[in-house]
Formats: sequence, structure tokens, C-alpha cells
Amino acid sequence: MFKESNIRKPLILGHKTYHDITNDIVSPIEGPAPKQWKIAFTIALIVALYGIGCISYLVGVGIGSWGLNKTVGWAWDITNFVWWVGIGHAGTLISAVLLLFRQRWRMAINRSAEAMTIFAVIMAALFPVFHMGRVWLAYWTLPLPNQFGSLWPNFNSALMWDVFAISTYFSVSLVFWYVGLIPDFATIRDRVSKPWMKKFYGILSFGWSGRAKHWNRFEEISLVLAGIATPLVFSVHSIVSMDFATSIVPGWHTTIFPPYFVSGAIFSGFAMVQTLLLIMRKTMKLEAYIHLKHIEYMNIVIIVTGSIVGVAYLTELFISDYSGVQYESYAFINRFSGPLAWSYWCMMTCNVISPQLFWFKKLRTNLGFTFFMSIIVNIGMWFERFVIIVTSIHRDYLPSAWGEFKASPIDIGMFIGTIGIFFTLFLLFARYFPVLALNELKTILKTSGESYKNENKH
Amino acid sequence: MANKVFHVMYDDDQTLLDAARALVAQGIRVKEVFSPFPVHGLDPIIGVKRTRLAICSFMYACTGTALSILGTWYFMVSDWDWNIGGKPNFTWIENAPAFVPVMFEFSVFCGAHGMVLTYLLRNGTLPGMPAENPDPRTTDDKFVMEITTEDNHMSAQDLEAKIRATNVFELSIKDY
Repeated sequence: MFKESNIRKPLILGHKTYHDITNDIVSPIEGPAPKQWKIAFTIALIVALYGIGCISYLVGVGIGSWGLNKTVGWAWDITNFVWWVGIGHAGTLISAVLLLFRQRWRMAINRSAEAMTIFAVIMAALFPVFHMGRVWLAYWTLPLPNQFGSLWPNFNSALMWDVFAISTYFSVSLVFWYVGLIPDFATIRDRVSKPWMKKFYGILSFGWSGRAKHWNRFEEISLVLAGIATPLVFSVHSIVSMDFATSIVPGWHTTIFPPYFVSGAIFSGFAMVQTLLLIMRKTMKLEAYIHLKHIEYMNIVIIVTGSIVGVAYLTELFISDYSGVQYESYAFINRFSGPLAWSYWCMMTCNVISPQLFWFKKLRTNLGFTFFMSIIVNIGMWFERFVIIVTSIHRDYLPSAWGEFKASPIDIGMFIGTIGIFFTLFLLFARYFPVLALNELKTILKTSGESYKNENKH
Repeated sequence: MANKVFHVMYDDDQTLLDAARALVAQGIRVKEVFSPFPVHGLDPIIGVKRTRLAICSFMYACTGTALSILGTWYFMVSDWDWNIGGKPNFTWIENAPAFVPVMFEFSVFCGAHGMVLTYLLRNGTLPGMPAENPDPRTTDDKFVMEITTEDNHMSAQDLEAKIRATNVFELSIKDY
């Protein structure tokens, strides 16, 4: 049997039994919705509806309603796309990479992080899909037999790779999440008394009965899915970065992009997990399962990935000068001293300087400060994408073609709208789905539960 | 005499493991165990073999690789030979580095979804299927062992006595 050192703090606090774990996680689903949830849901829904309104307007009148122009052909749309995809990377990283490394603390956070991943990837996909303009023709990106002559999508294009990467990532994350949810739905099904709930969770649980052979298969496919989802996580954001890196635009044409984007994605993803979990643990009373140790571990990941991102920024800056290419060099001088320098310095402050404060144990174990930092990091990461995309293309080779970008109300409305849709979906998840992987948590109770650990102390 | 099925309930995973070990040592065959979470170490005792789903996944992923090679060859070389920026396009192999991302993604796609579909079908866990656990508490904190007289060449009384000798929480005996 697995033994854990007594020096390590327990992962499950309090004197919990298996039944208590079920109770703590399932009872919020059974009871009526708390007032705070209703208020938050209403706000999120209003913002979401506003976003849907903006999207409908965009589809009606066309991409011209965004602030794009001839010079800046990509701006908020792709910034938002990369930002959301980045956020969507923490979920699968937590569930897959940390599973392979046998990090047991992931069990308290993986379920909601995976839900966050799925919703974030949906939000991300909205931007390129609506950027196509005639959104009803989005299926043209797939290699379907057609009557237009031999018209196939271009498999040499990084944008085409993106179609495959994002759809694979979304669908694999979805089944990974759902496979883990099935046994927990069965627990809810066997517990609730309301007939509609019994029926609802009965359908969702696929008739799961917890047979020994099924658990044997369950553990195997969790491991194999983790094994293949791990390179997937790294490949997806690498491919997203290749949308830029394979071009010849100064500031984009950089071989450092794939690892730099991946660590940035993990950085922002963990920050978003912190934002959501800090609220959730409080409102749903999950302090015994998601406590300071989890928060501290995530802050350590944030400081590591934040530092990698910082090194990448400086490397880029140095190489642009060292390359001796005047266009490349100018792109970076323009970043920190041009008309959009404010966004560059905002990015530097939020992403490189402020996470270094987590070196102090007092700060990285402070909940209020962690919450504040998680917001700062997400703002910083949005600016990172904005800096890469807009400052690189607004002044490239031909000075007579230089231009400026100004976001239109539809740009802003659609971005805020996706935040609303994201929170609407996440709040529905928090209300009706088991927010912690409760049956997986039971497997670590005896090795990492507080009362069991104290009993084993000799 | 009608066959009998014993549903032996335990309230702890360690008790269940000890009981299973004791019963199997006496030559009793445990037909099935229903538990709220995977009990590590139980499978070899009751004779559950390691699943071959991982091998399935590998085969599905290989199928994905093969299909993506075939697809990229057909779309980009055979059906309409693209010439983009003078990049080589006369043979698949010259263009292959550009196809690696799609080949990788499609292999993962097939490997993951093929395995999950096989898993659901082999388990018989599909939308709308009825639950088969004998007691609703087995998805909460109880562990149930299913033993039948049919599998074991002994009388119901003998079997019951042997089962009762373990640390049983609850026992239900039914005819079937």
C-alpha cells in the first residue's frame, strides 16, 4: 500500500469518512440554489446575452464591425482566441500531467479545472469561427468531399493544423472529463430522492455500477488518456504559436514561440483555476478539500511558468538585436517605446515582475493576495497576446502602410460576452455537477486524510 | 435446490480485501465486487485480469496515423497537387514535415476516442442503461461482494458459514 510521509501536510483536512466526502460534495446539488449562486448566475447570463447580441450583430453586418483595418488584420479576435486557449490548458495539464507524476493533490482540483478547460476552449473556438465571416460555411475547414472541383483545405498551413489541434484537444478533454464524471454521477443517482433528479443522473451515469472489472478498465483508460493527453497539451499550444511563428512578420517569426506559448498557457490557466477555486471553495464550503497547500502548490507552478515566460521575453528582446535584422530589431524597439508601449509595460509588470512576489511564503499562502494576483496574471497574459499580435503588425516592413488599431464596441462586447458565457457555463457546472472528483478523493483518504495520518504517527 | 446468490456487504476497503483473501484461500470464487472507488490490490485476489484497452488504444492510434498519411497524400499530392510558395509537392515524403502536426493530432484523436468507445461498449455503460449495483450504498461508502452457490461446489449453509466468519457488515441471500 502507498504510504505518505508524515511530514507532508494532509490533503484532506478534518475527520472525514467516505460517507462524509459523498455528503460534502453531493448535498449542495440536492438542496435549493443558494442566493449568491442566483445573483452570480443572473449577472453572468446578462453579460452572456449581451455577448450573444454582439455576435449576432457581427454575423449580420460582417467583420467590418470589428476595429480591424488593412494593416491590423488580426487584433482582439485572435488575442482573445489565444488567451482563452491558453486558459484552457491548465485543466488537461492538471488532470493528465499531474496524474502521470502521481501528484495526489490534483484530485481536489482536476474536475473543475477540466470543466474550465472545456468551457474556455469553446470560448476560444468562437473567435476564429466568427472571424471566418460566413460562419455557416465553417465546415469548409474540414476535408470533406465536395463539388467545387478538387477543393481541399491546405494541410501545409498552420491555420489548418489549428483546426485539427483545437478540435482534437476539445473532444479528447471532453471525453476525459466525462469518463471521470460517470462514477460520480452514479453516486448522485443512488443518493438523490427527487424522481426527476434520479432520472437525470441515471441517464448521465450510463448505468455505472462500480464492478471490479469496470474499475480496472477505468484506471487503465485514465492512465492511457493522461499519457496521450500530455503530448496533446504541449502540441496544441505549440501549433497555436505556429500560427504566428511560421509567418514572416517581424516579431512573429520566432523559433522560441512554441515553448514560450506553452508555459504562458499553463501560467494563465493556473491563474484562472485560482480565481475560480478561491471563490468556489468559499461559497461551496470545500475548505477541507481545497486548502492552503493546494493553493500554494498552484502558486509555485505560477511562479515557475511566470519565470519561464519572463526569460522568453528577454531572450526575444536580445535575439531581435543580436540577429542584426533591422526589421526584427525595430519590431522590438517599437514594442517597448512605440505608440503601444503602455501595453508592453503592462504585460511586463503583470507577468514578469509581480509573480516574483510569490517567492515569499507569506504571500503565496495568503488567499486574498493569491486571488488578486490571479486576476493580475490573467490581465497580463491578455496583454501578452495583444502585444505580440497588434504591435508586430501595426508597423511592419512598409512605413507607408503603418496603421493604428482601435477596438470597436463590438470587439469589446464580444470579448466581455465570452467571459459571461464562460461563467454561465461554469456556474451551471458548479450547481449540477460534482465539483470534486469525489470517488477519486476517497482513494487518497487513508493515505492523505488528516485523521488517518495522525493515527499512523508513531 | 434453487441456486442462491449472496450479497456480502463490508464497510471498509481493507476489511473487504482481508475477507476476499480469506474466502479465496478456502477455494471460494468471488463472482463480482461492487465498490465506490477502485480498491487497489483486489483484482489479483478475485482473478480480474489486467484490461487490454491500452493495446486497443495503440491500434486505434496506428489506424489514425495510417488514415492521416493516406488523407494528406490524397488531398495534397494525388487528387490535386498543390504548389504553395514553390514548396515541394510532387511526392508525399518531401512534404511530410508539414503534415506531422495533423498526423499527430489525428492519431491522438483516433487513439483516445476509439479507446473510450471500446471502454463504454465493453462495460455496457451507455446512456439510458439501468444501474446494476445490488445496493445503492455501493456508490457511497459500502463494498459488496457477490458470491453464488452455482460457482462454488458447496452447500448454501457451508458457504454462509464461511462468509459469516469474515467481518461482514450486512448479508443478503436471494434465490435466483
